[in-house]
Amino acid sequence: MNIEQLISDLFYIKPEIAVAVTLVVIVVVDLIMGKNKKALPFISLVGLLIAGILVVQQFGTAKFVFKTSINSSLMAIDNFGSYFKIIVVVSSIFIVFFSLSSAEIKSTYARHGEYYSLIFGMILGMFFMVSAADLILIYLSMELLSLSSYVLAGFVKNSIRNSEASLKYVIYGGVSSGIMLFGISIIFGLTGSTNLYEINSLIQAQSFPSITLLLAGLFIIVGFGFKISAAPFHFWTPDVYEGAPIPITAFLSVASKAAGFAVLIRFIKVVFVDSVDVNGFWHLINVIDWKSIIILLSILTMTLGNFAALWQDNLKRMLAYSSIAHAGYMLLGVAVLSNEGIIAIMIYFIVYLFMNLGAFFVVMLVANEIGSEEIDDYKGLGRSIPLLGVALAIFLISLVGLPPTAGFIAKVALFIALIDANMIVVLVITILNTVVSVYYYIRILRNLYLVKVDEERPMLRINFLNKVFVLFLAVPLIVFGIYFTPIIDFAKYSLNILGL
Amino acid sequence: MLHVGLTHFLVISIALFSLGLYAVVTRKNAVMVLMGIELILNSANINFIAFSKFGNFGLQGQLIALFVIVLAAAEAAVALAIVLNIYKTLANINVDEIDSLRD
Repeated sequence: MNIEQLISDLFYIKPEIAVAVTLVVIVVVDLIMGKNKKALPFISLVGLLIAGILVVQQFGTAKFVFKTSINSSLMAIDNFGSYFKIIVVVSSIFIVFFSLSSAEIKSTYARHGEYYSLIFGMILGMFFMVSAADLILIYLSMELLSLSSYVLAGFVKNSIRNSEASLKYVIYGGVSSGIMLFGISIIFGLTGSTNLYEINSLIQAQSFPSITLLLAGLFIIVGFGFKISAAPFHFWTPDVYEGAPIPITAFLSVASKAAGFAVLIRFIKVVFVDSVDVNGFWHLINVIDWKSIIILLSILTMTLGNFAALWQDNLKRMLAYSSIAHAGYMLLGVAVLSNEGIIAIMIYFIVYLFMNLGAFFVVMLVANEIGSEEIDDYKGLGRSIPLLGVALAIFLISLVGLPPTAGFIAKVALFIALIDANMIVVLVITILNTVVSVYYYIRILRNLYLVKVDEERPMLRINFLNKVFVLFLAVPLIVFGIYFTPIIDFAKYSLNILGL
Repeated sequence: MLHVGLTHFLVISIALFSLGLYAVVTRKNAVMVLMGIELILNSANINFIAFSKFGNFGLQGQLIALFVIVLAAAEAAVALAIVLNIYKTLANINVDEIDSLRD
């Protein structure tokens, strides 16, 4: 590899460079400005906008960059990666706005420089994760993401809840990434390579002991399963989501999960695919039965998430279990092993971004005012928060997946992919799970509007900007619920995973 | 004379890996749990280097091990800071007793 090649390859990672530069600028500005931290959120927003524009410009590129040998490289720049980068950027912009009005984050004003630079550390990790084509780069970027999020989960240092969340996160995270690294080392020993594409051609060319390969594959899935909080690697999720500051919880539940899914899909599709037929179904190399493994994981994940959510009293914890259940639904899109399944996941993520961030945002605004996230404290609150109540209703109905919200479209896309793959039993289980989920989502709405309370609750004072902001999250859900062609076209356009 | 081959290295690494997992599962002290995680990471390192040496894969394995060592140090720093913070607020680092968040 010569130096000219290296420099010309740098142009393909402009979004990552923009994020890294913003991180450095935040640190420097924080040092120069001293006690005045007002500029930091704006610098973050500008950096994110620039990164977003650079990602959009990159659509249509399909290239391997940073070659390590003739037919292997570190990163694959393609539409699939750019799509997930867009999701990461959009959710990060929302998170910066969340942080501006979060009481928990405001209480740490003196350390805002650290806060925003760690957020950019997470974004940088996710950017590299979604376009990594090398197991070691995947591992390093996942650790970059994890290390920043461990600290952010416990950012309010004097809060016991925060500290406990970050301790649990770091222990579970350390173990699962260690197990994943062990799996990578076995794959390296078998094939002599860590490049996804090279491993694929080696597995196709010669036969390896299938037990060893299965073990290595499962070990690697532990790492990915931890990031997307799939059962049985989900134990950290409820505790961390409940304990961490709400903006960070929302960020973990959307962006970090999206990056985890992107890397999981790329890993399975690139390493194990043999051919893709005209109908878009993948034929995997006959070494590991991924279909059964992922169906098992997904049914376990959604059932556990939905049933555990039934008896939660804390709204954040309930939303944590609900996000586990949603990870289960989305895993089905991987399990069908077809292009249609991937499109379904991509549509699901756009919708999930709006509905999950929205639900967490309303919870945060209410928690700022009444200082509690208990579902019982929402009794009779409907009249005190007219706009937020309606918005929360939209978010929750969309999370259930009922029309006319976009959640319905996401679920339908997933179900169609399942029907096309002839997985009727799994489809029935999923629908039954959705029915169970209605109970715990609607319970909140019942507390808001239908429960009679003795004393009238006072109006909550919600900032005008925050009201506008809630509309920004709620209106797209209704609009996409009725006019959904653009997101489906966008997802189809972004399907292209490089090298197949 | 006994010849040291790949199998010996793999046995050591799998033993380290198992001991690490055992430490994570059984130890109550958070620092001990973190040491278990370090054992897991180092067992993977032994694997990388042994495979690289005996499989003629060049120096790639050694290079990966260097990356992992740096990462393990970073992770230990972050994790110990978190444990220190727990100790300051609760005066206790027994992972079984830190359970205010649970079902």
